[in-house]
Amino acid sequence: MNRDISIKVCMGTGGIAAGGVEVISSFEKAFAASGITATVEKNCSMHKVGCRGFCARDVLVDVIINGSKSTYQYIKADMVARIVGEHVVGGTPVSEWLVTDDYHTFHNKQVKVVLSDCGEVDPEDINSYIGREGYAAAKKVLTTMTPQETIDVIKASGLRGRGGAGFPTGMKWDMAIKAPGPKKYLICNADEGDPGAFMDRSVVEGNPHAVIEGMIIGAYAIGAPYGYVYIRAEYPLAVERLHLAIRQAKEQGFLGKNILGKGFDFSIKVKLGAGAFVCGEETALIASIEGKRGQPKAKPPFPVQKGLWGYPTIINNVETLANVPYIIRKGAAWYAAMGTEKSKGTKVFALTGKIQNSGLIEVPMGIPLKEVIYDIGGGIENGRKLKAVQTGGPSGGCIPAHMADTTLDYESLGKVGSIMGSGGMVVLDETDCMVNVAKYFLQFTQSESCGKCVPCRVGTKRLLEILTRITEGRGREGDIELLETLSSDVKTSSLCGLGQSAPNPVLSTIRYYRDEYEAHIYEKRCPAGVCKDLLSYSILEEFCKGCTACTRVCPAGAIIGEKKKPHKIIQDICIKCGACFETCKFKAIKKG
Amino acid sequence: MENKLEGIITRYRENEGNLISILQDIETEFGYLREDAIYWVAERLDVPPAKFYGIATFYAQFHLKPRGKNVVTACCGTACHVKGSERLINSLVKELGIPEGEDTSEDLKFTVEKVNCVGACSIAPVIIVNKTVHGKMTPDKLMKETKILKEGKKEYTDYV
Repeated sequence: MNRDISIKVCMGTGGIAAGGVEVISSFEKAFAASGITATVEKNCSMHKVGCRGFCARDVLVDVIINGSKSTYQYIKADMVARIVGEHVVGGTPVSEWLVTDDYHTFHNKQVKVVLSDCGEVDPEDINSYIGREGYAAAKKVLTTMTPQETIDVIKASGLRGRGGAGFPTGMKWDMAIKAPGPKKYLICNADEGDPGAFMDRSVVEGNPHAVIEGMIIGAYAIGAPYGYVYIRAEYPLAVERLHLAIRQAKEQGFLGKNILGKGFDFSIKVKLGAGAFVCGEETALIASIEGKRGQPKAKPPFPVQKGLWGYPTIINNVETLANVPYIIRKGAAWYAAMGTEKSKGTKVFALTGKIQNSGLIEVPMGIPLKEVIYDIGGGIENGRKLKAVQTGGPSGGCIPAHMADTTLDYESLGKVGSIMGSGGMVVLDETDCMVNVAKYFLQFTQSESCGKCVPCRVGTKRLLEILTRITEGRGREGDIELLETLSSDVKTSSLCGLGQSAPNPVLSTIRYYRDEYEAHIYEKRCPAGVCKDLLSYSILEEFCKGCTACTRVCPAGAIIGEKKKPHKIIQDICIKCGACFETCKFKAIKKG
Repeated sequence: MENKLEGIITRYRENEGNLISILQDIETEFGYLREDAIYWVAERLDVPPAKFYGIATFYAQFHLKPRGKNVVTACCGTACHVKGSERLINSLVKELGIPEGEDTSEDLKFTVEKVNCVGACSIAPVIIVNKTVHGKMTPDKLMKETKILKEGKKEYTDYV
């Protein structure tokens, strides 16, 4: 029986959390038990692969027999034996476990460039990447192109920085090639501090070699012999795979001295972040690599003029660099044909929150938001309605449901008061309070503020104080106007991007949800039913069966009543934790 | 202790700007930044202890107090937040007996730390118990996990 059998199991962080390790070992046991490896000529190979994007369906497993692929979803270790028995040995897929139509609609409108090899290559095996044209772009650049020619291709492609600022990458590299050498640095920013974003994690976990190849090409283009990857310590799997990938690239001669015999030296060191969001900002990142407190500096001078240790330095985001090998391979025109006039190519988004199909997606720039939410995302979960989509993380804003025609490109998002950001996209429904969302982001930026400049250090603190007062029912006349003025001041006078964008969630939510702020302030009411202090819980006597389930979970002992008789919540004692509301099976608890 | 610290210093002596890396290694080795370790290294490298503490207090990764034997990391990212991480955290803190304003129980058995984003947003809310990532956490599942922790039973891997 000569068959080419390949099993691919999702082993990103999400896949592992869902039991990917156990699934792989179950496959290994099942194969050993059925003696399959003994009967095939080619290896029956088990592959760990990176994130395919649809994390909510993990563990995802591909069974590929003689080139014909079936994809299973929600696989657990105890399901593997049947798959091996019926499908691999018997030849009939277990149809009830296969992915359903919505798996395919999730992918239909996506265009994978950066993620094209994630979920296909084994991130722990460089040969898996090489087998799919990996490092061909680096070879092409080093052997047939000059540094300036390389830069011109990137310029022509229209690639813009994917970290959030969207600065044209080709232009940045052009400045660097003109900067005096020979000591220059190329740094890959893998700090990915935005909460709710995991694009870079998935790329580094799923296809680290694409990033390394991008760095080799970039370093050659700008003339940098030294590279760093600054990666957050909260991504241990990505860090591990990155170290391994660098080692393998070195062994194969893609890193080190005289790469491919072209007299070009380039080596990469890995630096771990230590838990500071502000270190995603380039001057703070540089300070961190230098071993200092991660506090930003005024710009100019820009890092390309005076960066790491005072030398010309270019910092590029993971996704930006991962695009480079594909652009070199397929050409600038191919890339520029995707997207809009000013926003070329594709963008990876982390689609999360109250969405049916949560996961990682890659779409052409310019796609309307509503297509992402409804066609790819499958709409809102739990039968609720879209309220807003938050993009750009703590530096971004909210796009209300009635503006779902907004296209996803740098200019359009800016016009509606948000930003592209690094790609975080959080979907909100009617049970989300927009004032609470603004407060949440200010809590984040306030605690991450480095403290160097007054506008951010004091400004974010005061913004948070005001928002907290409002959500606790102590809002005052004039608060909204104060928030607006303060936000404007913090934006214009902060030293770095953190402070300059921290007020964005406030301004954006006031712009579109002023009525919610007013309800909190003047009526002491939270329309979404989120802000604890503005809620009260009471028991609807007509539905209460007196089962005492609520009494037992109440941490404050605030519920009284006899068994089988309607109960009552004592408002003075109630701490509004909501435990009773969650527990009651008879919908007898009223929240509001 | 000195032997371990000697090893850490030797690794970094040749390279510049590695005060952070030294601190990261001390944290990994001892579980937190012991005061005597900082002072020892400061003296050896002729760097003022204040410089080390300036760095240690800036970055969230460093801890100046000992941590619990069991570390529960609660993700506070945006997706986890909208999916109810606050409730889970309050429950964790209560169940594991963490005093107000601290992150570790007095008997040093449990630490509950809040992290800004683990990057597993599609399986929000995420709680990591002793390095095992648990996704789609619910109050019920969390109760089960904390019970296992409190009973000191071997950690089992729960599936999403």
